[in-house]
Amino acid sequence: MNTKTIKDTIAHIAGDKAKAFQVLDALYERISSVEPQVGAYVNVSKEKSIEALSAVETSKLFYGLPVSIKDNMCINGWETTCSSNILNGFVPPYDATVIRKLKDAGAYPLVKCDMDEFAFGSSCETSCYNGRAFDQKKIKDGPCANPWDTTKVPGGSSGGSAACVAADEAICSLGSDTGGSIRQPASLCGVVGLKPTYGRVSRYGLIAFGSSLDQIGPFTKTVEDSATMLGIIAGYDEKDSTSVNVPVPDYTASLVNDVKGMKIGIPKEYFVDGMHPDVKKTIDAAIATYKKLGAECVDISLPHTKYAVSVYYIIATAEASSNLARFDGVQYGYRHHGQTIHDMYFKTRDEGFGAEAKRRILLGTFVLSSGYYDAYYLKAQKVRTLMINDFNAAFEKCDVILTPTSPTPAFGIGEKSADPISMYLSDIFTIPANIAGIPAMAMPAGFSAEGLPIGMQLMAPTFEEGRIFRVGYTFEQNTDHHIKRPVL
Amino acid sequence: MKIDIKKTAHLARVELTAEEEVTLAADLEKIVEYVDALAELDTTDVEPTSHVLNLEDVYRKDVVMETDAALKILDHLAEEKKHETFFKVPTVIEQ
Repeated sequence: MNTKTIKDTIAHIAGDKAKAFQVLDALYERISSVEPQVGAYVNVSKEKSIEALSAVETSKLFYGLPVSIKDNMCINGWETTCSSNILNGFVPPYDATVIRKLKDAGAYPLVKCDMDEFAFGSSCETSCYNGRAFDQKKIKDGPCANPWDTTKVPGGSSGGSAACVAADEAICSLGSDTGGSIRQPASLCGVVGLKPTYGRVSRYGLIAFGSSLDQIGPFTKTVEDSATMLGIIAGYDEKDSTSVNVPVPDYTASLVNDVKGMKIGIPKEYFVDGMHPDVKKTIDAAIATYKKLGAECVDISLPHTKYAVSVYYIIATAEASSNLARFDGVQYGYRHHGQTIHDMYFKTRDEGFGAEAKRRILLGTFVLSSGYYDAYYLKAQKVRTLMINDFNAAFEKCDVILTPTSPTPAFGIGEKSADPISMYLSDIFTIPANIAGIPAMAMPAGFSAEGLPIGMQLMAPTFEEGRIFRVGYTFEQNTDHHIKRPVL
Repeated sequence: MKIDIKKTAHLARVELTAEEEVTLAADLEKIVEYVDALAELDTTDVEPTSHVLNLEDVYRKDVVMETDAALKILDHLAEEKKHETFFKVPTVIEQ
């Protein structure tokens, strides 16, 4: 039962309370058998899951659907830490809007997922639960691993959300994506991960990282499930003034197995030196599949792509340094009991934040500091405009854009953690969609010679998630990459 | 680019050990050197993007709503961090 899709889970439960609890039991059985190897979850509590399932109404459309939740989304009464020591012990007094929407639909939160600290990372290795204090909150004594090869990273920052779905410890999950934090781990773990249009999903109750970039989205086993989940969580929310008041279409209506006559853009800048040969081979094969299915593949150019990582690390860290200013020991989580207020602030933040969080807070503070603002922050905002113009021009020539999601399959745990820039570059293909605010989805497209999943990315203009679902669904219906599961 | 790590850390309200100062300064200088690539682009006539959507001001009625959020936050707070219904912090202004 734990291996089912959303569609099959709901068909199986069909409003029956006993069956909903059987699904929960099956997932907990799977958790006890594989979680010691995978380490996707924090604060596993069957009691809390049962309480959450008991509280939803059997008459709802998605009654009994368990959804695992990245640990940066607030659930009323559930400790929420962003995998950071500084939020140790923080229990939110309210539900994030996405959680409320899940509950209103009959779904319920299953467990919280491990992540890079405050979503700062591409490997899940910056989590405070990775061999540091408070690690008793995880079943596994070690970092979250890739279910396909537990010596490899699951990707990040939503590594736990991707790994739990790939390992069949979840039916589906939610993650957040600021520069690729849903799509890169989805790609590395061989599942479907969607970053919706900026403003499509309310972020009320999502602990903020980069406010002009962050977006919540689903991890699922199929494209069809992705469309279903977006339908549940999307929509305007008066509690998030950046959510957009545009009607939510029936995304499942876009699940059409047909791409004839559609134009798929292939940007030459996404086929870079240093790209893993198996990734290149997989994307070439995907392009050939689409041609065979009657799509027209056209060459396009996104000339400012090579500046994406620079723009991102200026804007995202600047916004993060402001957003994380609130964690000073007064209201949330951890506090160093200092003699003076200053002593408390400085020591709380020193002891509470990990190395990558400090690096990003300091970089963000620097690019915003007097004398450097124009050269860095303002400059990055201007290049952001150029990148948006690139996409606008490209979408005049094509309906969707197809690219690899990540330049390599999953890398080894520890392999990149000493070199921040090489870690940052693993997000080179996913960052542009956040900069432009457009929707993008990663989905399984093949495997490396070693048997690691390789993902492809589909991007569309703002609010055109339907195009992505159609093009992704057609690929899925005509290939079998999404059916293979890791052996644990 | 030489980064004044002490000043930056002070602005960010983070205390760093002497060892952290050295490694973080080196990391930051490397990253800043990398992002300096943006300087090669001429952006004289380009408008900056602060937000991808054309956001408009959002207004709402100022109405009183019942909430137990404050009480719940206090419930979850350790005794030494609260006093009645307040957050307790070290002395801010000396007498």
